[in-house]
Amino acid sequence: MQALTNRSKMVSDKKMTFMERIYLPAIVKGMFITIKHLFRKKVTINYPEQTREFSKVYRGQHVLKRDEEGRERCTACGLCAVACPAEAITMIAAERKPGEEHLYREEKYAEVYEINMLRCIFCGDCEEACPKEAIFLTDRLVQSEYERLPFIYGKDILLEPLDPNLRIDISARQTESVLKFKQNKRYAHNR
Amino acid sequence: MDWTIYIYKTIFLFIILLVTLLIAMYSTYGERKVAAFMQDRRGPNRAGPFGLLQPLADGVKMFMKEEIIPLSANKKLFILGPSIAMTTAMLTGVVIPWGGTLIIGGIEFPMQIADLNIGILYVFAMVSIGVYGIMLGGWASNNKYALLGSIRAASQMISYEIAMGMTIIALILTTGTLSLHEIVEQQSGMHWNVFYQPLGFLIFFICALAETNRAPFDLPECETELIGGYHTEYSSMKLGFYLFAEYINMFISSAVIATLYFGGYNMPFIDQLGLSANTITLLGSFFFFLKIIFLIFLFMWIRWTLPRFRYDQLMNLGWKGLMPLAIFNILATGVYYYFTELT
Repeated sequence: MQALTNRSKMVSDKKMTFMERIYLPAIVKGMFITIKHLFRKKVTINYPEQTREFSKVYRGQHVLKRDEEGRERCTACGLCAVACPAEAITMIAAERKPGEEHLYREEKYAEVYEINMLRCIFCGDCEEACPKEAIFLTDRLVQSEYERLPFIYGKDILLEPLDPNLRIDISARQTESVLKFKQNKRYAHNR
Repeated sequence: MDWTIYIYKTIFLFIILLVTLLIAMYSTYGERKVAAFMQDRRGPNRAGPFGLLQPLADGVKMFMKEEIIPLSANKKLFILGPSIAMTTAMLTGVVIPWGGTLIIGGIEFPMQIADLNIGILYVFAMVSIGVYGIMLGGWASNNKYALLGSIRAASQMISYEIAMGMTIIALILTTGTLSLHEIVEQQSGMHWNVFYQPLGFLIFFICALAETNRAPFDLPECETELIGGYHTEYSSMKLGFYLFAEYINMFISSAVIATLYFGGYNMPFIDQLGLSANTITLLGSFFFFLKIIFLIFLFMWIRWTLPRFRYDQLMNLGWKGLMPLAIFNILATGVYYYFTELT
């Protein structure tokens, strides 16, 4: 019979030789294996002091971006909620009133924008669907909580701060190829 | 004159007690570190620098736990079990010579609490009584797992004590004395008994592993089959006593092995350095503890290398493997001395 892998070993029930039966050579061999491990480099990362390096395109907690003038980019079109496979995103749209031009970029904005972090699977489909480059996933981690309710993140958590120094960098996720993909007319939301 | 010796012995007793507890305490830490290192982990490193306060944290934890005595348990024996285990574990240290003799102001201060002329027999008696701690605890718990664990402990102890006793007979044939102090004195220089009784040492070491219930002979407390064995029903510091007694036993049996086979506090070539007698004595004690620590490490090393024996394998090894070997060892030693003494 042909072997499935090259790692398969022939087994036999032949009688053990004397050296095998007294086990001591095997025990000594085993002890040398363990002593070798004693001096090996440890693989553990001392977590709170050290952290593992994140992937450049790590998908963590979302951010709602503002534009250069600090206006919210989101227009509450709902494409992200439609794209979301876990149905984690809900929003309520509202119309921009006169005098609010410095807050919202376009006539419509999201009055309520909530992502349920317990439902979210961090697939990144929302940022792929967004035609306004308003939502992005970042390398920030979602904090653990004691109850379910705090996991529903509203705009107070998701929206990035106004202060230009506190803006959240998403350049790693908004590369040339991503922008080019968003221009592709083959996808319905780009038409 | 007498009272100085009494006071000295009392103080020395307390020192040995403290050292025993301290070393047992840090063997729990050492065990966790060795285990972790052998499995490419880091081990405890949060409590204090390098996790050195971990044993204290463990102790505090044990004391804070709720103390439970099961309703159906035999209350008196349930409490007696861990006390016997702990007491007998610490009593053995009395006869071990921890060092030579210090001479201060013309008075001799031997670094041994009691130089019994039947020291080895005393060690054996204490070890045998130690089994009662496990047996009583397991039986008094009124729990099938605990009972199974203690039955295993009893049968294991009986099987391995025989082989152990027989290696000691062969050792006594070479030393001609039962006093531990004299046995150590005979081994000065490089005349360690391990070179005269290599087979005896091997059997004794294997039996010591079994007597202290260490892996690969930890059947009485195997977690996978018996959910803890004899201490299934124990909690709080009573459980702590059982676990701690195991480490004290390990320390004491390492000390006994070092005394019987590795020359105790003797170190070769130390008397050629031209040091004063007291310095040599203290250095000797230091080397004795180094030997003990190495043997404790060996215990741990074996534990984290070998898997546990099956019950029938354990009995096979004890009765069909070690006992005939030990008898052969006695025979060979006897024949050798019979013919060398004649000439």
